Formats: sequence, structure tokens, C-alpha cells
Amino acid sequence: MKIIVNGDPREVAATTLSELLAECGYSGRVATAVNEVFVGSSARIDLALADGDRVEILAPMQGG
Amino acid sequence: MLLVFAVAAALWGLGWVLDVPRRSRIGVVAGLFLVVICLQLLLPDGHPVREMTGTSPALWLLLAGFGAVAVFYGRFVSGMRAKVLNAEREGPAKPGGAFSDTELERYARHIVLRELGGPGQKRLKQARVLVIGAGGLGAPALQYLAAAGAATIGVIDDDVVENANLQRQVIHRDADIGMPKVFSAKQAMEAQNPNVVVRPYHRRLTEEIAAELFADYDLILDGSDNFDTRYLANRVAVAQGKPLISGALSQWEGQISVFDPQFAGPCYQCIFPEAPAAGLAPSCAEAGVIGPLPGVIGSMMALEAIKVITGAGAPLRGEMLIYDGLYGETRKIALKRRDDCPVCGAA
Ligand SMILES: [Zn+2]
Repeated sequence: MKIIVNGDPREVAATTLSELLAECGYSGRVATAVNEVFVGSSARIDLALADGDRVEILAPMQGG
Repeated sequence: MLLVFAVAAALWGLGWVLDVPRRSRIGVVAGLFLVVICLQLLLPDGHPVREMTGTSPALWLLLAGFGAVAVFYGRFVSGMRAKVLNAEREGPAKPGGAFSDTELERYARHIVLRELGGPGQKRLKQARVLVIGAGGLGAPALQYLAAAGAATIGVIDDDVVENANLQRQVIHRDADIGMPKVFSAKQAMEAQNPNVVVRPYHRRLTEEIAAELFADYDLILDGSDNFDTRYLANRVAVAQGKPLISGALSQWEGQISVFDPQFAGPCYQCIFPEAPAAGLAPSCAEAGVIGPLPGVIGSMMALEAIKVITGAGAPLRGEMLIYDGLYGETRKIALKRRDDCPVCGAA
């Protein structure tokens, strides 16, 4: 399935958002959004991805 | 149709000979045209009077339209001219909220903006803004807020200016190395705009002082460089119901959002419940940051602040804008409040 992760298209095996995070090597402490809408961490396991979904994975940044 | 123009010209000439004021003559001629338009609209097709005065109302209405546009344009131009002339007259700063002529001239490019105008500039003149951090994000945010005429600007930072800051922290200069950042920033802001009051706090934002400090301000900008300060600023801003404009960056990428609990939106901790484990989210010093990036995000923070203060447009409330400098991309996501958020969740 083709998913756009942080603006980059990529081919993934994951079918849910939490699987995608694991596949892309992210730990749990990130913020996520699918198709421009925020998805809380508790909703990630049940969130099924569809071909062409735009996923944003945001690590908190401290730099100022 | 020519007949009508001839009559209009005759009336105008007669008025001029009899020394009738210009205003009355314009009234008489306008009245004549109004009568003709009414005749055109009311009389049946082919009526002799209608034939005599130009056969169709459309042409007359078109002419009236052009006339109206010309009058409005004339008014607009002379109004703008009066404004500029006013602004050019020098004068001392007036206390009590009224703008001096010098201030009117300085903020003229704001005042002509429909969304800001005089009322918006006046709100800026009464605004009290606290900026956390006088580093990369603080530098442009402070400079633009001072330039824009925000009345009182507080700035808190415990660092001193270092050589390695100057590649991006453009409010400080080479000669300021070794000086506390808040004093260097104060000098630069006062040099930019002597009308603003700058309050420097050369210390770290801590639990003990945060509530008392925030209470003095309407709006908080967070451009700090560590998670402890970010979570603390969020807690206190939520507790006091104050908007928090949060900017952060790493290497080539920046994030900015307006967390405003008064608008039932999320808070910082709704989005980032926990700081990453130490070492996983490097600071600028460790990871590097491209110089103009804080300029982009810090300027956006100042712009969002102006929008929140003046009510112009739609601030990034409940939204996060992500700027990826390496690929010149911006993305925006809609944020949501978490009911189980320990800071702003339903208690
Ligand atoms: Zn919250």
C-alpha cells in the first residue's frame, strides 16, 4: 500500500497507524495525524490506513 | 440624449453666471439626470419624450454608474492624501492611548490594512506580550513585535550571548557576546522602536515565578529551547486561560501552533503528552539548525500574535503548521483536544 508519510510517498506493509509507526521506527512519543486530522495515541491501534492516506508523524521539538 | 446634455450644460453655465455655489449646481444637474432616468424607466417604449431624451434607460444607468465610481474614487484619493499629510506632521508621543503624528506615520502601513486599521493598531498599543526565550525564535519575534508597536514586551531568558548563537539569533550582535540575552534584546528593541516598553527577566522560567509572571501579560510566546519550560509554560497558560503561541524547530523543520484554551482547543500537552526520552530529541546545539529557519518560524509567531491581539483573520488555533525548509514545503494539520489530558482535560 502506498502511504504519504510527512510529505514523502512510500510503500508500506502496515495496515494500521500503530503498525506504520513501528514499521517506520518511531517510538510512541510522537503526535500523529491522518489526512490532516490529529489522531491521539490511543486511537492508533484501531485506525486502519487506506491507500493514498497522508500521514504526518511529528516528533516534539524543543529547539528554539 | 444630446438635448439632455445641452440642458445640463445650460443649467451649469447659468448657475456659474449667477454665482450659485458649485455644490448646488451639482445638485441641480444630478436632479436633471435623475428625472431623465425616471422618465426612461416609466414612460412606454416609443413615447415622444422618451425618444427625445435618449430611447433607453440602460445607457443612462451605465452613465450614472460611471459617475458614482468617479465620485467614490475621488473621495478615496483625497481621503488617503489627507491621511498621509496628517502622518507627515511631526509631534510628540501622546499619553493615554492616542497616537502621536510620528506614531501614525510609523504604523501607516498597518493602519491602511483593512483587517487591522486604527483599532487594530490601538489594540497593539495596549497589548502586553511575554516572550519566553531570546534565542533563535525569540529574536525575530521580539524584533517584529517591537517594530509593530506592541506596548509592553516581557522577555525571559537565563542565557548570555555566545559566539555560536550569532549564526541565527539576529537580535544580538558580535559586540553583545557575554551580555545576558535579555539585555542585548532590550537594547535592540528600544533602538528599533522607542515607543515600546521592554521588561527583561534574566532568569530561567521556573514553577515558582511562572504564575506571577504570566499574570502580567495577555499573551505568551514560547520560543524556549527545552521541554521542561515548554510543559511548564503550557500548564500555567492553561491555568490562566491565556493564549500560548508555541514555536519549535529542529535542523530544517519547524512547527507552530496557537494553543488557546478560551476557544476550547487543545493544549500543548494534548498533542505531545510526553517529552521524548532524553537524547531522542536533540537541542539546536546538538543537532544543528539552519540559520534562517528560526527567522521563518519566529516571524510567524509574531504574526500570529498580532492576529490574536487584533482579531484579524484566523490564528492557528487548533491547528499546527509544519514548515519543512529542506524541501520548501508547508503542511497543516487539525489538532484535537484529548479528554484525558492532565492539563486541560475535563476535570
Ligand atoms: Zn490538553
